[in-house]
Amino acid sequence: MTANGHGSLGRVPLIDGIDKVSGRARYTADLDHADALVGRILRSPVAHGDIVRLDVAKARALPGVVAVVTGDDCALTYGVLPVAMNEYPMARGRVRYRGEPVAAVAAIDAETAERAIALIELEVRELPAYFVSAQARAAGAVLLHDNKPGNLEREVHHTFGDVAAGFAEAYLVREERISCAEINHAQIEPHACLADYDPLTGRLTVQSVSQVGYYLHLMLARCLGLEESRIRVIKPFVGGGFGARVEVLNFEIITALLARAATGKVMMQLTREETFLTHRARPQTDMRLKLGLTRDGRITACECEAVQRGGAYAGYGIVTILYAGALLHGIYAIPAVKYDGYRVYANLPPCGAMRGHGSVNTRHAFECLLDRMARELGLDPFAVRRANLLTAPTRTPNDLMINSYGLGECLDRVERASGWARRIGTLPRGKGLGMACSHYVSGAAKPIHWTGEPHATVNVRLDFDGGLTALTGAADIGQGSSTMVAIAVAETLGVSLDRIRVVAGDSAITPKDNGAYSSRITFMVGNAAIDAAKNLRAILVEAAARKLEADPGDIECAGETFRVGAGGQASLSFSEVAKAALVDRGPITVSGTFTCPPEAQGGKHRGGAVGSTMGFSYAAQVVEVSVDEATGLVTVDKVWAALDCGRAINPLAVEGQIEGSVWMGMGQALSEETRYLDGLPAHASLLEYRVPTIAESPPIEVHVVESHDPYGPFGAKEASEGALAGFPPALVNAIANAIGADLDELPATPDRVLLALVEKRRQARRATARKAAP
Amino acid sequence: MQIEAARPGKILLRLKLNGRWREDAVAENQLLVDYIREVARLTGVKSGCDGGECGACTVLVDGEAVPSCITLAVRCAGCSVETIEGLAQQGRLNRLQHAFHEKLGTQCGFCTPGMILAAEALLRRNPTPSDDQIREALSGNLCRCTGYVKIIESVRSAAEAPP
Repeated sequence: MTANGHGSLGRVPLIDGIDKVSGRARYTADLDHADALVGRILRSPVAHGDIVRLDVAKARALPGVVAVVTGDDCALTYGVLPVAMNEYPMARGRVRYRGEPVAAVAAIDAETAERAIALIELEVRELPAYFVSAQARAAGAVLLHDNKPGNLEREVHHTFGDVAAGFAEAYLVREERISCAEINHAQIEPHACLADYDPLTGRLTVQSVSQVGYYLHLMLARCLGLEESRIRVIKPFVGGGFGARVEVLNFEIITALLARAATGKVMMQLTREETFLTHRARPQTDMRLKLGLTRDGRITACECEAVQRGGAYAGYGIVTILYAGALLHGIYAIPAVKYDGYRVYANLPPCGAMRGHGSVNTRHAFECLLDRMARELGLDPFAVRRANLLTAPTRTPNDLMINSYGLGECLDRVERASGWARRIGTLPRGKGLGMACSHYVSGAAKPIHWTGEPHATVNVRLDFDGGLTALTGAADIGQGSSTMVAIAVAETLGVSLDRIRVVAGDSAITPKDNGAYSSRITFMVGNAAIDAAKNLRAILVEAAARKLEADPGDIECAGETFRVGAGGQASLSFSEVAKAALVDRGPITVSGTFTCPPEAQGGKHRGGAVGSTMGFSYAAQVVEVSVDEATGLVTVDKVWAALDCGRAINPLAVEGQIEGSVWMGMGQALSEETRYLDGLPAHASLLEYRVPTIAESPPIEVHVVESHDPYGPFGAKEASEGALAGFPPALVNAIANAIGADLDELPATPDRVLLALVEKRRQARRATARKAAP
Repeated sequence: MQIEAARPGKILLRLKLNGRWREDAVAENQLLVDYIREVARLTGVKSGCDGGECGACTVLVDGEAVPSCITLAVRCAGCSVETIEGLAQQGRLNRLQHAFHEKLGTQCGFCTPGMILAAEALLRRNPTPSDDQIREALSGNLCRCTGYVKIIESVRSAAEAPP
């Protein structure tokens, strides 16, 4: 470890990195399950229909089958939003998408489980199925959910400011229709769950790939009718999340149901295809966007309509459709914004939250249109963004709090680093530069399950050995949250990072945490860790003062040493002080918390809590591309990305997060797309679903901007999501710069690029013909 | 009494795993990844897809990077198989493991064992690879966290380190 004593902020490798590079990190599928039964799920072969008959008798009779469960075994819905739980772990009465779980078995081995699945008899009376938003919304369409007319999960209509006056004031008004394909998280670890039910004590232990152990705990209790105190949820190493696991997933509850029915232990490992079917990712989105600009590029008004094809169940849908509108605000000074959002049900796997939740597609449309209008006005894209910068602190028209704002510096950094001013307009045909900005929340200031508790709690233990153990429910899924907690505690206490151990994600041991989503951990859990460490420091300082016969106010602690005054002679080592403190009170556990104040929790309008946060991250990026006009193939040559993360607690980890999020934006922009043929996934493998390989991934030059947020831990904000949304528009703007054609659809696959070129030539011919006409 | 379904025959498999010879009775149709994980109980090798798509299961067979999820265990009779658990020697991480740790070439860590082994195969045949050669050698290994930037840095750094 590099850190020692005061000054743990710095480039620190992950505290669990050695486990990962040595192969000893245990992910869910690696847990000892030699004595476990094997679970398998029967999935609906049709996209929409009523279950006429489900007969599991033959499966149950097969030797080696220990348990079979169906929708009859759980009559309670589950879901992440208390107001929108409309999904059963296994279908009851109606199936709404191909791949929806219908029944499950636990057997002595995989072969037997699979044979049992094949013996289950399922008859479904098919209903009309809808795979396109417009069809699902059409008059007379069969409803997926009886209480949701028009197959709409939620309509949002928000207007802030005087939109008509804004457009009237504008010099240029333009409107475009832009759409983005549905994509998937494609985390490399397939879903898995190990559930152990002890019939003698009635206790259930579940280990799963979750980003939200606490929500899993709540839903297991609900769906199994168990008392929460009888359940233990443990998070092993998790092989990526990106939002795939920020809500409880059907297979987790099914595995627990099987374990109870089998009165034992069941291991469920989903295939890659099933992992895709479980889905919960970014929805296909159609947008109509209208902007008004003054002659010098100031935005006077924005009007946006977004239609998200949400899939068959609610999931996070309400939040996604609200985010898409709320985060039109908070990045530029826009006096008037009208937003109309429609979250539509369709007979496809349910969408959910994915990195940059809700903000990415509307940001894409916005930054593309802004660039096109800048071109029309003959303005530089950087100049247009600069004409609309905010000044912190401020509140947006939709009542979001902005406390720090480093977007201007982000723009300066990528403009300079990319040589923009010198190079733009001088590149050869087929080469282009494009840029865009983006932002994201550092944790939702109002939690989904509002309990009135603090937003985050961290405990720190000190015992006879002088070791410090930080206990947190925060789910480290590879982003390095446990390392962040260790750094926060070490820095606050002035001790070596080596002295800290982090125990995370075990409901029997660690304090409850809402989980790894909305980039909340660094901001909220980081602040709670600092608070806990400060509480412990007060105890240690008191003990040191007594031993040194000094006033506690005069005790300095740094470099694992306590002394009187900065240059004091008398000093005590950390171990000596720890022992003295233990004499007073025995082994010590302190608690620290963080709470977002009410004024941070958003406006009073319906849905006003979504988008609210204590700190927005800001990002700007420049993308350089080569476009082959013969094949339509786009190659990304280089990316320059700057992100304002407030303060980089661990610059190494911040860089890793920025690189990863920019690159994930590249996947969505360039090649990723889930496709269905009559509801049948045509993309459900890592060959068909085109995640960029290392061969097509460009160098990404990262610039970290530090705006020192007044409320962030050490001034920090989030760093993992904010840069993602800027990539797709920067790419499309770069393509326009390279070949003069505007793409209205993502991803920018060769076929779409060629179509855009054809359309451009057609328009050019028409223009020539018009000119030639007498 | 039901008739047992025909079960595949078993073969005595002798191979060298991480430097030690061993013999196991394995089913003819057992995949190398399952043999390593379930018989030898080495879980560093991962299964990330439904067959040959992601590279997370990469191991070395006679020094070559091989996807163990589409390789039959019995095909490795008499071979030397190396997994991530065999790379650290005498309590020291190997240079790639060290670099991936120090340079953050790993985030969630799920692709890491396969990625490191694919890079190990590269460095053994080409101790001073260019960035393009690194990209080519690792193009069968997907990572969803890093954007590959720090993976390339890690491999480059390991190549520059004394072996």
